[in-house]
Amino acid sequence: MKDIVVRIGGEGGEGVISCGELLTTALARSNYEVFTFRTYPAEIKGGPAMFQVRSSDQPVLSQGNLADILVTFNEEAYQLHGHTIRPDGLLVYDPDHYAPQGTFEAYGVPLEEITLNVVKSKLGKNVVALGVISRLLGLSLDLLDELLKDRFSKKGEVVVGKNKDALRAGYAYVDQHPWKKTLPSYAPVPSSHKRVVMSGNEALSVGAISAGCRYFAGYPITPASDILEFMERDLPRFGGAVVQTEDEIAAISSVVGASYAGKKAMTATSGPGLSLMVEVMGLATMAEIPCVIVDAQRAGPSTGMPTKMEQGDFNLAAFGAHGDAPRIVLAPGDVEECLYDIIRAFNLAEKYQVPVLYLTDQSLAHRTQTFPWPDFKKVPVINRLLPTEADLKDFKRYRITPNGVSPMSIPGTEGGCYAATGLEHAERGTPNFTPQAHEQMSAKRALKIKEASKEPGFTTRFGPKKAKIGMIGWGSTQGAIREGMDLAAKEGISVAQLQLKMVYPLPEADVRDFIESVEKVVVAELNHSGQVNSAIRSQFLIPTISLTKASGLPFHAEEIAEKLRAIAGGNPAAGAVAPARAGVQPK
Amino acid sequence: MPHTTADYKASVKPTWCPGCGDFAVLNALYQALATLDLNPKDVAIVSGIGCSGRLPIFVNSYGFHGVHGRVLPTAMGVKIGNPKLTVIAVGGDGDGLAIGGGHFPHAARRNIDITYIMLDNNIYGLTKGQASPTTLQTFQGKSSPYGVAEENLNPVALALAYDVSFIARGYSGQLKHLTDLIVDGINHKGFSFVHALSPCVVFNDTYKYYGKKVTPIAPYENPSNKMRALEMWQDKNNIFLGTFYKDETRQPFNERIRDIIGQFPRDDDKYFIDMLNRYA
Repeated sequence: MKDIVVRIGGEGGEGVISCGELLTTALARSNYEVFTFRTYPAEIKGGPAMFQVRSSDQPVLSQGNLADILVTFNEEAYQLHGHTIRPDGLLVYDPDHYAPQGTFEAYGVPLEEITLNVVKSKLGKNVVALGVISRLLGLSLDLLDELLKDRFSKKGEVVVGKNKDALRAGYAYVDQHPWKKTLPSYAPVPSSHKRVVMSGNEALSVGAISAGCRYFAGYPITPASDILEFMERDLPRFGGAVVQTEDEIAAISSVVGASYAGKKAMTATSGPGLSLMVEVMGLATMAEIPCVIVDAQRAGPSTGMPTKMEQGDFNLAAFGAHGDAPRIVLAPGDVEECLYDIIRAFNLAEKYQVPVLYLTDQSLAHRTQTFPWPDFKKVPVINRLLPTEADLKDFKRYRITPNGVSPMSIPGTEGGCYAATGLEHAERGTPNFTPQAHEQMSAKRALKIKEASKEPGFTTRFGPKKAKIGMIGWGSTQGAIREGMDLAAKEGISVAQLQLKMVYPLPEADVRDFIESVEKVVVAELNHSGQVNSAIRSQFLIPTISLTKASGLPFHAEEIAEKLRAIAGGNPAAGAVAPARAGVQPK
Repeated sequence: MPHTTADYKASVKPTWCPGCGDFAVLNALYQALATLDLNPKDVAIVSGIGCSGRLPIFVNSYGFHGVHGRVLPTAMGVKIGNPKLTVIAVGGDGDGLAIGGGHFPHAARRNIDITYIMLDNNIYGLTKGQASPTTLQTFQGKSSPYGVAEENLNPVALALAYDVSFIARGYSGQLKHLTDLIVDGINHKGFSFVHALSPCVVFNDTYKYYGKKVTPIAPYENPSNKMRALEMWQDKNNIFLGTFYKDETRQPFNERIRDIIGQFPRDDDKYFIDMLNRYA
């Protein structure tokens, strides 16, 4: 099995990210699987930038840990990332800048000199570096030429030519200067299927459009802004409207307005924006208006760390509102799921006429992964329940029904007039503050969420059917937990994994089955307090081990394996351990 | 058969206090809808919170009674989501100038084709009498026992500064005139603002005050003359009623969006393939 981690570090503006992106696409076009991870400074110019590419001939589950190849554009990158190279790794450095010391193989390439000689400017160093990496990995030059043409042809022949020269110069240098480390070859291989390589933000935007989203409103915020930009560019082609609003409150208000008027509608934001949307989310629950709200979580509270990830918004997403305001919260586990599961987010919003929160995070929003060319037919699209002619003879917008869902008329429908309101109301939508009305309507709204918790297919189970340790995770950590679990399983540790795609309401039956099939339940998530852990404990009344991390960085597999070893070895101090309370013990 | 005012009256009767100015605004709206002969199913009335926020519930049409202060972005979503609708936004002075004040300039710069009727009662009525952004400084009430420390805002002045493309002021004491202004506002292509003076007889009865000060804008005034409109709102002795300003040359936001979408002939399959090929 081929498996390699290439890390590229440099100064923001040196082209680290585009070098990494080109390498990623080249590997994907060569029919390898890719998983990327990047960090970037909060500043626009300057500051350190890093791009990591992990590639394999097998599915890649996480960003990987130590680098097999570390490419440094300058000494600062070495100081920042030198500790992340394998002891037997290969370090590419510019000997005109600094001299590294370590057990790794130091492979000097005068990146700057080559660039100045060939391109006559410092710009292009990143493409020289791409040439270097390509030669080390045995990538096809023809394929790279094609890629540069696709990427730069809009800028003209001269730019394409200069980039090809830069690429070849890096490639040729390595050809003439042998290295020692044995590296797998990433020459193109045949494949049964075509791949795409996308970020989480891109994948969910594609999925939303295929779900039928035709109104999008948003306000710029890291790390969700590229969803707004994607929609501004692409949605009009499909007949959809996009508005960059004056703030997040206007965004969600207009989304609810557009959905009321009959369009499938969505907004995307991050924590601070979600905080502002809370009141209108309550309105959407009360007036029963479908909408999808993407939250690309970042480290909080307050402004927090805008360019770092965290799974810290669960509580706000699930419970943030005054009154009982039930809604649905989904969390895709990888980039491919970002695409398909947002179709299901729209389906649930439409079917149950509720706001659906879609929680990604900074790492999932911006990491790229390969997956097969999408087949949208995999998830059939569901639309909201419209009134029948009989319904319209005596239209009751909020009619009490067995599953809580009542037909919703679209403005323009004869006989369907009603006023949607945030006031408590009777079946016709008219304000009604009687005890009966509030009991009845509170129950109606809760019933829909109860029904949603029975929807099949919102968990994924990995590992054996019975296990000593059961690890529950949600969102972007799916792959790292799975990989860590595989590492531990190889050492004889008995462990299974349950991935929650629906985090609120909890998929009751699946979670219960899982709990009953393991001896110890561990809930792993990237926040300090263990938010989903608390939800599981309170709903299922079981003792759990809360495994948390609040560093702004994703889990990596070895870290998970280490915790599993400690737990299996009887040292539950692996994570913060929640004391057992009275309740059902896992069998 | 053309529609009559009865067609727009909902079964729910207004809950406002007897004598409230909002009754006249509601009646003016019924009459305006009848004058325009709009089918109730093609009208959406969007509101915020406060006494005036209840208005959509009393109209037989589509209605949306949202949260406090967000009537303009909500109404924008309704209009863009369903451009065939006649969308009317209603709200009070607190809703539109305090909590929701940040949305007014953006509705203006978008020039979204909706009509915004601000029912200005110079008070927070539903919370029982606190000073609002348009309450005069001399007002002594529960939240301003020594008078109001802030100076009052003038909604027409703000609309002029924000370059709203249709600006008019009416008065609930002059039903016919207010009806005409609402009709003109709905007919205007773009964002129309009707400032409706609508006294609260319980907490801040301004009927006497307005009765002495309201003056019709002279028929010879030219509503495309913004400098004159700016002079009129600053007049110390008169509160002018009528159309202050009108600019019919600007394209509404919803039409611009329509034109952006219109560049692309419908071919979803092709666009999906183009979109995915960017990532292949």
